[in-house]
Amino acid sequence: MSLSVDEVKKIAHLARIEISEAEALATRQQLNDIFALIGQMQAVNTEGIEPMSHAQDLMLRLRDDVVTEQDQHALFQSIAPQVEGGLYLVPRVIE
Amino acid sequence: MTGQMKNWEVVIGLETHAQLSTSSKIFSGASTAFGAAPNSHASAVDLALPGVLPVANRAAVDKAIRFGLAVNGNVADNINRRSVFARKNYFYPDLPKGYQISQLDLPIVKGGSITIITSSGEKTVRLTRAHLEEDAGKSLHEDFHGMSGIDLNRAGTPLLEIVSEPDMCSSEEAVAYAKALHGLVRWIDICDGNMQEGSFRCDANVSVRRPGDPLGTRREIKNLNSFRFLQQAIDYEVRWQIETLEDGGRIQQATVLFDPDTGETRSMRSKEDAHDYRYFPDPDLLPLCVGEDWIGAASKQLAEVGTPGMRKELYVAQFGLTDYDAALLTQSRETAAYFDVVVGAVGAASVKLCANWVTGELAGALNRAGLDIAQSPLPAARLAALVTRVVDGTLSSKLAKEVFEAAWNGEGEPDAIIEKRGLKQISDGGEIEKLVDDVLAGNAKQVEDYRAGKDKAFNSLVGQVMKASRGKANPAQVNEILKKKLGG
Repeated sequence: MSLSVDEVKKIAHLARIEISEAEALATRQQLNDIFALIGQMQAVNTEGIEPMSHAQDLMLRLRDDVVTEQDQHALFQSIAPQVEGGLYLVPRVIE
Repeated sequence: MTGQMKNWEVVIGLETHAQLSTSSKIFSGASTAFGAAPNSHASAVDLALPGVLPVANRAAVDKAIRFGLAVNGNVADNINRRSVFARKNYFYPDLPKGYQISQLDLPIVKGGSITIITSSGEKTVRLTRAHLEEDAGKSLHEDFHGMSGIDLNRAGTPLLEIVSEPDMCSSEEAVAYAKALHGLVRWIDICDGNMQEGSFRCDANVSVRRPGDPLGTRREIKNLNSFRFLQQAIDYEVRWQIETLEDGGRIQQATVLFDPDTGETRSMRSKEDAHDYRYFPDPDLLPLCVGEDWIGAASKQLAEVGTPGMRKELYVAQFGLTDYDAALLTQSRETAAYFDVVVGAVGAASVKLCANWVTGELAGALNRAGLDIAQSPLPAARLAALVTRVVDGTLSSKLAKEVFEAAWNGEGEPDAIIEKRGLKQISDGGEIEKLVDDVLAGNAKQVEDYRAGKDKAFNSLVGQVMKASRGKANPAQVNEILKKKLGG
């Protein structure tokens, strides 16, 4: 499998990453190298083996349903570019 | 509408988001309480500040398991012992991480079913799956100097997304399903069901086709937060799709919004890549494993709490109620509890009468007033006192309705109302006989007619007696006495 430059641009757009034409070409090369590596791994016979969903063979740890967090919005909002009445303000988005 | 629907089949599937009633969020220790000051319940995890990690809430998982058991007859073969959280990637300001943690390939619950009752009878709607996920924040588009305001209090609130198979074929069935599901999640206490606050909201996938054809292209109506909107939106959408196809157009897969003000659905301006979510297993979260001991405990707990379905079967078996009546009485735990009080006081021998009063007069009055049974101005014990007076013959059904009306309007105990208004039914044979004698004496013509074989004359005489008693004579006794006198 290999990607076209257009596919690379689409992925970049989905990830909201701005890339130049030259970066798109370079990125395409890097991604295709990764696909080549995956291609090699595909050669391994994995039939009958349950896919792992995580690199570590461990179970999820759970916590009790207790409220442990305090209101820290003033602190958190001290680094926000713009706030009003406790709300974060962002460029207008309407679908 | 039925005319237009001729030769068209409607196919509906529902995706329902039920907010799980936990105290804290699904992956953080922030509070889930509704209505707090903006962002006061948004923790570092909910804000996706760098370096934070999610830690899953056991109670959210427990409620999901309880739901799975409840829709599968308390049998655990639809609970995935190992389920996996995945990232659903999209950009929106009220989703600070740039992805929603959800479940895709391995949801916690797969399969199960919900039984619904409509005017055409009972039907089973199959469930595809139910998975755990987190809610997003809220965007406020009112004018903030041309900007949008973001409140992340809701971000990270635990949701159970319940996905049905496309088993419904009318808005009536979709609403019946949504109501049954709503009743169930409240009954088993996993969701408060508050639709105004968004704790229970539905997306409807709607398509139409000619009978026998493959499934048509579907459009998804988003975020319906009332049963009425669900019905209106589906009706409008179905009509629109049929008209479009009959006019030679094509349906394009789309996400649409329902506008309650116009009663119309309209397509969201969605970019073509809006649905390219690039799911992958969340590396921050290990597989969610639930052991047999946990499932066993959840199952035991469910057996204690029961489900609407279990209670319904009990009512049918124990009281001989119809499926329909039993389903109406088990729409919510509160309704069943109310009914239990009424039957307990009136007696099981009159169970059908009790059911009729709860599902008829009371439900109608609640409906007209827009009230929930828990808010009924007429407590169960009072309705029971009223029904008792019908059973013992004090009240005719007509007078009982008058007493109901008065009790509903806060005039106090039924017995006091009967006394005050002098509504006691006349069941004294002597008194009725006197009324009958007077009527017979004053209506020689009708008596003659009746004897000449005109049955109608009899009804007219009954009416006269009832009128003379101002509606209070026991109709059965009037009939009996009148017949005796005329026959003799």
